[in-house]
Amino acid sequence: MTSVVRVQEADFDLGAEIRALRLGNPRIGAVASFIGCVRDMNEGDSVGLMYLEHYPGMTERQLEKICAEASGRWDIFDTLVIHRVGELKPLDQIVCVVVTSAHRGESFSACEFIMDYLKTRAPFWKRESTPHGERWVDARAKDDAAAERWKQ
Amino acid sequence: MTIQLVFLARLRERFGVSRESFVLSAQTETVANLLAALRERGGAFAEELAEGRAFRVAVNQDVVELDHPLKVGDEVAIFPPVTGG
Repeated sequence: MTSVVRVQEADFDLGAEIRALRLGNPRIGAVASFIGCVRDMNEGDSVGLMYLEHYPGMTERQLEKICAEASGRWDIFDTLVIHRVGELKPLDQIVCVVVTSAHRGESFSACEFIMDYLKTRAPFWKRESTPHGERWVDARAKDDAAAERWKQ
Repeated sequence: MTIQLVFLARLRERFGVSRESFVLSAQTETVANLLAALRERGGAFAEELAEGRAFRVAVNQDVVELDHPLKVGDEVAIFPPVTGG
């Protein structure tokens, strides 16, 4: 079974990614996926452009560790994480996570786990341009709390 | 006796540098010692790396605690809390 991590500037096609994962694999009975997108508002300001920076090397390494942790924790088949970097604008897709398994419970949980850990452990940073100028997005306590609850 | 320092995102902009070589000494054997040495530069370093400020340190691409030991050839990255996804 596969575990794939891609960090890229290019957009992605979730439908094509899922078709490729399922191809010739009748053991898969469930596919859970998540897509994160750029919103046109943040902290009460309109957002025109967003720039995503990352730490090449560490990013891939941390995402691979997160997916391996999910595979150890749930009975799942495949994991796929695609995260975009560079310049993005509202409506653009930023990230997708796909998990396959025999039954839905494992895929749902593993997909949410990967996303919660990605938000707090993968070295990406967002800078957005608003009418007041450019600013780096601050980390949110809510994201730390979301990742913490998997430790219980 | 050198390590590589990497600064990312907002900290890279504040420090005006993305990467530099740093010479280890008996006084910089841990991450905490290294941070103290960087603070002594004053300016943005003193401000951003002050105790209580939110930043993370990764040694060879894994986030570590302040008591983590440093050795020759390490890549030490200092960056703000992450905001991807």
